[in-house]
Amino acid sequence: MKKILIVDDEPNIVMSLEYIFKKENFEVFIARDGAEAIEIAENNIPDIILLDIMMPNVDGYQVLSYLKQSQNLNEIKVIFLSAKNKLSDIELGLQLGADKYIAKPFSTKKLMKEVKELLK
Amino acid sequence: MSSFLVISIILVYLGVIFYVAYWAEKNSKSKWVNNPYVYTLSLAVYCTAWTYYGSVGLAATSGLKFLTIYLGPVIIIPTWIILMRKIIRISKGNKISSLADFISLRYGNDRFLGALVTIICVLAIVPYISLQLKAISETFNVITNHNIVANSIINDTTFYIAILLAIFAAFFGTQHTDASEKHKGIITAVALESIIKLIFFLVIGVYVTFYLFEGPSDIYERASVLPNFEIQQKINGLEGGFNWFFLSLLSMIAIMLLPRQFQVTVVENEREKYLKKVTWLFPLYLLLFNIFVIFIAWGGNVVFQNQQVDADLFTLMLPLQNGNEFLALLVFLGGFSAAISMVVISTLALSTMLSNNLIIPYGFLGKFSKGESDENTESIKTIRRLAIFILIIVAYFFYRSFTLDRSLVSIGLISFVIIAQLAPSFFGGLFWRRGSSKGAIYGIIIGFLITVYTLIIPFTIDSQLYSTSFINEGLFGINLLKPYELFGLQIFEPVPHSFFWSLFFNVIVYSLISVGTAGNYRERNFAEMFVDNNKYASLHENAYVWKGEAYVKDIRKVLTRFLGEKRTERALKLFFMKYDINEKTLFADARLVNFSEKLLTGSIGSASSRILISSVVKEEEISLPEVLNILDETQKAKESNKELQERDKQKDDFLDTVAHELKTPITSIRALSEILLDDDEIENETKRKFLSSILSESERVSRLINNILDLEKLAAGNEKLELVENSIKNTIQKSIDAVRQLANNNQVYINDEGVQDFKLFYDDDRIQQVIINLLSNAIKFSSNKNGKVYIFTVIDKNVIEVLVEDNGKGIEGDDLISIFNKFYQAKNQTILKPIGSGLGLAITKQIIKSHNGKIWAENIKPLGARLTFTLPIKRE
Repeated sequence: MKKILIVDDEPNIVMSLEYIFKKENFEVFIARDGAEAIEIAENNIPDIILLDIMMPNVDGYQVLSYLKQSQNLNEIKVIFLSAKNKLSDIELGLQLGADKYIAKPFSTKKLMKEVKELLK
Repeated sequence: MSSFLVISIILVYLGVIFYVAYWAEKNSKSKWVNNPYVYTLSLAVYCTAWTYYGSVGLAATSGLKFLTIYLGPVIIIPTWIILMRKIIRISKGNKISSLADFISLRYGNDRFLGALVTIICVLAIVPYISLQLKAISETFNVITNHNIVANSIINDTTFYIAILLAIFAAFFGTQHTDASEKHKGIITAVALESIIKLIFFLVIGVYVTFYLFEGPSDIYERASVLPNFEIQQKINGLEGGFNWFFLSLLSMIAIMLLPRQFQVTVVENEREKYLKKVTWLFPLYLLLFNIFVIFIAWGGNVVFQNQQVDADLFTLMLPLQNGNEFLALLVFLGGFSAAISMVVISTLALSTMLSNNLIIPYGFLGKFSKGESDENTESIKTIRRLAIFILIIVAYFFYRSFTLDRSLVSIGLISFVIIAQLAPSFFGGLFWRRGSSKGAIYGIIIGFLITVYTLIIPFTIDSQLYSTSFINEGLFGINLLKPYELFGLQIFEPVPHSFFWSLFFNVIVYSLISVGTAGNYRERNFAEMFVDNNKYASLHENAYVWKGEAYVKDIRKVLTRFLGEKRTERALKLFFMKYDINEKTLFADARLVNFSEKLLTGSIGSASSRILISSVVKEEEISLPEVLNILDETQKAKESNKELQERDKQKDDFLDTVAHELKTPITSIRALSEILLDDDEIENETKRKFLSSILSESERVSRLINNILDLEKLAAGNEKLELVENSIKNTIQKSIDAVRQLANNNQVYINDEGVQDFKLFYDDDRIQQVIINLLSNAIKFSSNKNGKVYIFTVIDKNVIEVLVEDNGKGIEGDDLISIFNKFYQAKNQTILKPIGSGLGLAITKQIIKSHNGKIWAENIKPLGARLTFTLPIKRE
């Protein structure tokens, strides 16, 4: 069973993502901000993380940088899910080492496809 | 000492100097070449062979008067920090490469004035150069025990030395076509020579004072018993005082306007701040140089009291007399180095003037404007090299034919007086706007003629030893026209006398003509620019002093002819980049024209460059104040443009945030509805949960949209407030009722005991909106357990304050102000997003603002935040 960590501070977005990934037999972890995300990632080492960018305190970019610097966590796939879709934001995200950058609002089917592809 | 040995030493010495110059030219970025000490030492080119020998000669015959030549510089140099800085700034800004360029540019690129200044300088300096050659020749002969005069040119070592100096000056002086470029090689060599000549002079000074004699008091005692001693050492009352004063004034002018001084001080100046070092170091140098002069002179008078020894040669003869050939050789080399520094820098400065201000503008301009760039560059260099050779050769023959019997000092001082004729137009031009080119030209000519009459003619007659009635009785026997006592003025010695009268008439003519005639607009603009240089300095190319138009193509052609294809392209490219102009532009604006003119000035002088450029430009008159106005307007336009850009950016940021805030709920809506649509097996309970989420997110979207519109309406002032008399207690009560449910849900207690009643004018709905917003924020942020919110009022003379307090964590210092910004979410928020849109406080602030009230946030002790707004009591 693949482990997925969903990081977002919007409860309804989390709810929808949790539903579709549970349905596809993922083990789902949820974090509402960056700090929580790092804690959960360290304890559970998920296979993939869906990461929002604009979050209070520790934001998505910071979480990703942390992951990439950590020896245990730098193999985890990361998809940015963000309403920020200026070219500069996307570039920054990819530069930091994200595997994908998906703009909000997104299609759940397409997201699922991308996740599965990355985990192949 | 044998001639062969001395010549060998001279050649070795010259070899070293050539090598140093060569090295400095190659390593022109080295810190050994670029520092204030080299700069200061190069100024010591002021101390020539005249200082070495002539000062002593003068001191021996006339006592302390020699000091005036150094007193002037010492007095004026402290003012350089302002005065010379101004001159240097103007020169650098306009690529000025010589004194003639400076003066002619100030008076509107006047070609004739530039040529006149050049001629004056040549007339003044060539004899001065020959004086140096004479010093070399004489001292050479003394040290090699020859007769004072060599018989034929072929046997005259000085001739060959002169040729070597010409080669040196020509080689290192014309490395660049642009004469405003620095001549690092020559300057470094001159600085080195300044050290050499000072040290050698100090050595001989110490030798005479402490070896030949037993210290200064011993010399004094023995010299003071000589006849004439008393008279020599006195200033000589008022008359002598006047002479002193005018001689000092003369040397003040000389230290700034001698072409070689202008060259080293202004043209070769690398950094303005070097002047700071000069202000104390250079006077110190002069002081050191002069400490021993009087002792050597007195010593010479004592030792040679019964012999016929030229006082000018005391410095050399004293060691020779005592058989110390080595010291004599040092003296010779010191004097030699002083002489060649002067010769090289003077010919360099004069050759630039000759080529840029006389030969090119009067002779070669036509040819150049048709020629190719390589040819032109070579021709310009050739002209300068030829000028250097011709100057030195003419100086050589001048020395052979005229100056042999005259003392060093007199010819030097005549040079000073001639150069001083440039002072009124130079300094007048710097500080007086009205100074005009006509005034300058006539002033210089009159001053020069008077110098000729009162100094050069009688001096020449004197030197030929004819006794004529001209000097003793005046022209046509008129007493008032006696050349040494013009208009019966008897208090002065010849030099100060001539200086006084020539400058007197020069200044009068210059000022009267300047007041009587107004120069053309171009001249007036340059005057503005020179006098008020600080105001215009920042304008650079913008400070165009005329308006006109031209084709870029034509200007490019002119530039290419002198600078070559590569440099022209590079310069234009930089220019276009700097001002953000399209490179393909057809028309050249005034900035480009002005830029090109300056670019050419370095190569061919300002007068020629102006003529060339204006040949392809259609010129319109414009005054500098007008230019300033235009610039002012552009500046304003730029500023308002910046403001617009700033506002644009704010708007962009706002739209970005709005988009982001809208996308968030839409993301939820889209994801949830997609699931509902695709998933047939979904449980009923989940379905209901999803649907209610979609509903609440939709409400969030519409709330957001309403808030944005509301805010925009308030900000734009489109919202008309319903200002009627209301009871604040009522309004607060209604607001509390509206948030009661929220408070109950969060188990927060609202205390409104401190609310007083008061009637005033405001929009009831809007103020309710404000209070509801503040209360719901307070409820949200109050302590989780035992949450309390206080609302109360304070009634003041002019305003009523409404205060809302919670007992939560308070607001972080940084946030106290920014929480009123749109979409700002405080850092210490809980993980849960507030229900609000992020616009609540922004709207609140806008509402209070439109009521002419104020709103602010602060923290209270022990815990919690307080938001206060005020409403004015008086109806506006």
